[in-house]
Amino acid sequence: MNLTIYLEIFGGTSLSNDKDSVISLTGAKKYFGAVHALEDGQIDLFAGEAHALVGENGAGKSTLVKIFAGLHRPDSGSLKFDGNEVFFNSPRDAIEAGVAVIYQEPTLFPDLTVAENIFMERQPQRSFRRIDYRSMNKAARVIFSRLEVDLDPTRLALGLSIAEQQIVEIAKALSLEARVIIMDEPTAALSSVEVHRLFRVAETLKNSGVAILFISHRLDEVFTLCERVTVMRDGRFVLTTMSSETNEDALVRAMVGRDVERRSDQIRGIDLKPLLEVEHLTLEGLFADISFTVAAGEVVALSGLVGAGRSEVATAIFGVRRYDYGSVKVGGKALKRGSPSSAMAAGIGLVPEDRRLQGLVMEQSIARNIAMGSFKSLKRKGLIRSLTETRFAADWSVKLQIKYGNLGNSVSTLSGGNQQKVVLAKWMSRSPKVLIVDEPTRGIDIGTKAEVHRLILELAKSGVAVLVISSELPEVLNLADRILVMREGRLVAEFDHKGATEEAIIAAATLSKEVKAA
Amino acid sequence: MLQAETIELKDDIDSNRGAKGSFDVRSLVRWESGLGIVLIASLIIGTVASPQFLTSANFFNIGLSVGDIAIMALPLTLIVISGEIDLSVASILGLSSSLLGFLWIHGWPIQLIIPVVLIDGAILGFINGFLVTKLGLPSLAVTIGTLTLYRGIALILLGSNIVSNFPASYTTIGVNPIPGTPLPWSVGIFLILALIFGVVAHFTPLGRSIFAIGSNSEAAAYSGIKVKQIKMRLYILSGVVCSLAGILFTFRLATAEYDNATGLELNAVSIVLLAGVSIFGGRGTIIGVVLAAATVGAIGNALLLANFPQQAMGLINGGLLLISVFVPNARELFGRLRGHYARRRLVGLRRG
Repeated sequence: MNLTIYLEIFGGTSLSNDKDSVISLTGAKKYFGAVHALEDGQIDLFAGEAHALVGENGAGKSTLVKIFAGLHRPDSGSLKFDGNEVFFNSPRDAIEAGVAVIYQEPTLFPDLTVAENIFMERQPQRSFRRIDYRSMNKAARVIFSRLEVDLDPTRLALGLSIAEQQIVEIAKALSLEARVIIMDEPTAALSSVEVHRLFRVAETLKNSGVAILFISHRLDEVFTLCERVTVMRDGRFVLTTMSSETNEDALVRAMVGRDVERRSDQIRGIDLKPLLEVEHLTLEGLFADISFTVAAGEVVALSGLVGAGRSEVATAIFGVRRYDYGSVKVGGKALKRGSPSSAMAAGIGLVPEDRRLQGLVMEQSIARNIAMGSFKSLKRKGLIRSLTETRFAADWSVKLQIKYGNLGNSVSTLSGGNQQKVVLAKWMSRSPKVLIVDEPTRGIDIGTKAEVHRLILELAKSGVAVLVISSELPEVLNLADRILVMREGRLVAEFDHKGATEEAIIAAATLSKEVKAA
Repeated sequence: MLQAETIELKDDIDSNRGAKGSFDVRSLVRWESGLGIVLIASLIIGTVASPQFLTSANFFNIGLSVGDIAIMALPLTLIVISGEIDLSVASILGLSSSLLGFLWIHGWPIQLIIPVVLIDGAILGFINGFLVTKLGLPSLAVTIGTLTLYRGIALILLGSNIVSNFPASYTTIGVNPIPGTPLPWSVGIFLILALIFGVVAHFTPLGRSIFAIGSNSEAAAYSGIKVKQIKMRLYILSGVVCSLAGILFTFRLATAEYDNATGLELNAVSIVLLAGVSIFGGRGTIIGVVLAAATVGAIGNALLLANFPQQAMGLINGGLLLISVFVPNARELFGRLRGHYARRRLVGLRRG
């Protein structure tokens, strides 16, 4: 054993603790070509404790998680498990050592039962290699009761909510006797009730001595769940502190390296004539009788729970989804149903909910992605030259302050926030009249979030009709002039900027009684 | 501030221009330059194997052997880039050939037969496109189905008849090269088509859209690209071009038979994959197809001259196909192997 490294780890840790360090990473570096994804990764997880890892996108959190998960090998630095130096060459090594990762969107086998998913490849067996379903289901039930959740092990994974899928993943981790559970932005797609339940499970895990690494952009959650916080910035470790000894503002300062100003209300001149008119829009089973308008210069938010039908309405307006009845008009002219190109010709743009799947062609270049909505206007004599495309993209990257290595790199090399800016650039470069933005800041860091908000407000100021869909109420309240609330496929309430409060919106989104306000 | 932004913008373009040369092109050219080396190697082997190899008569033969297949490979390339496949290409060729023969023995004039055959190709392509885009069926299954279906129709049309009394003025294209060159007509047509396809694929909005569809058709649809319409048009285009190849094929052999070009779809697919076109869509170049076609022709001819048994040519085609799927993924495969052994070492250590 190398004595100097030993001393570095145990002599150099600034926070001494009576708890045992389960896994620790020090001085980790990871390069991808010329990109320094991680310059100085350092974190120490203790048994029975939740440790938050926060930082803007591109701070190196994902890289660090992937090192723990065995997906990446650090170029240098040391990884210790129970004080012994270990090397994870594959996810299997990490799992065998007792590290489990719960991703934001788990990937279960939909056609297998919950118990089969938990015991994949490790099913208890009877004679002739038959699966012992009875003891498998029983074992699953034992785990669920340990986690104090009510989930039927014999049901199919198909149709489980994301929150339930995460619980199944956690159960799987427990069945593997995981001692470290990493939760990578688990709450991004969860409702507040589900977050609450996840936290209860996490508390149970802590009590049983599991070390939790919790990654989230929501700082309030960090303070609710975690004893310890580590902040990273630009691939470097910034600080580790007990969460009882810090506050949100201090963390945000450490994350962005500067103060973030909170936006104040702005007054805009809103055109009284509606630009986007949606009338009686209905799609059987998803939404019914949706009517609203958005005026030029106005920001209207479509709020409600996940699954209330908001994104479905947005995609129907844009035309990637067909609707059964109703009409969509821009400037008084009705659009062709189910035709994105007709919607685009009328000046509608859609920044979709899932930027990796719907917003971007991940393996193509940044330039190509920015230009993707503008191919027709970029051609000269029928042809597109790469240089024209690149100039166009460079122009918009500057306007939106996209941080990139070079525009010819695939868009997957960008951080989440910058990827979102690429999608925004794609649409802003078409000078839309109506822009629909669906969860514009999901999974992106605080600094970029503020920039995206500023861009949306600037667009409105320049006369664009903006429809925002967001699950984050502070965002909705921050941006919108009017707030529409959807529940179970119907519009149930409308608030103006002044009359809206988080409580009123939540009430409208969850209660069955219709709320009339403002 | 404004000035600073302008300067930054200029830097961006400059750095990007350099990077474009180093990233985008390099990764694509690497495969094509590898192909170029293989082509040169097969030319050298051919030259060594036989003194006849480097003669213009032999170049004509090489051209004849791959011309029609290479023509079919062009629209197929676009279809594969868009993430689909068309295995019915050789059957469309065969059916077009049969239709040509059928109409000829029924006394139609050639000037009328040719447009009718091309329209027939468009209809056959439309059927493929309809099944794939409107009904949403997987193109692999659909075109395996139409592969046998179209061949069956050809059999019904012509039976076991062999039509070969075409006017000599047409069938000379199988004997005489384009005046002033050693190239047969089919190669000339291939090169012209390749130029058009290359420009469309790499320098037009349509080409950009095809690549986007192949990489992520959902994101393409969310960008306003008419995914189904474009795929439909590619299938129709494939049908038309394959029936053109059918006409050339028939005149070249001066024979219309129901089983013309049977099995050649696999040669077309080999050329497309050897060209470096990703079978998963989203990647590929037309210049690669040109090089791959030349390579396949040169290797086949060199082996022929070296008295390699013709029945075993499948060995070469199959081998090339596997190599062209293997090589692009080789790095990842080796990486996986390395990880595997590293893990075994680790496990060994842990046990020790």
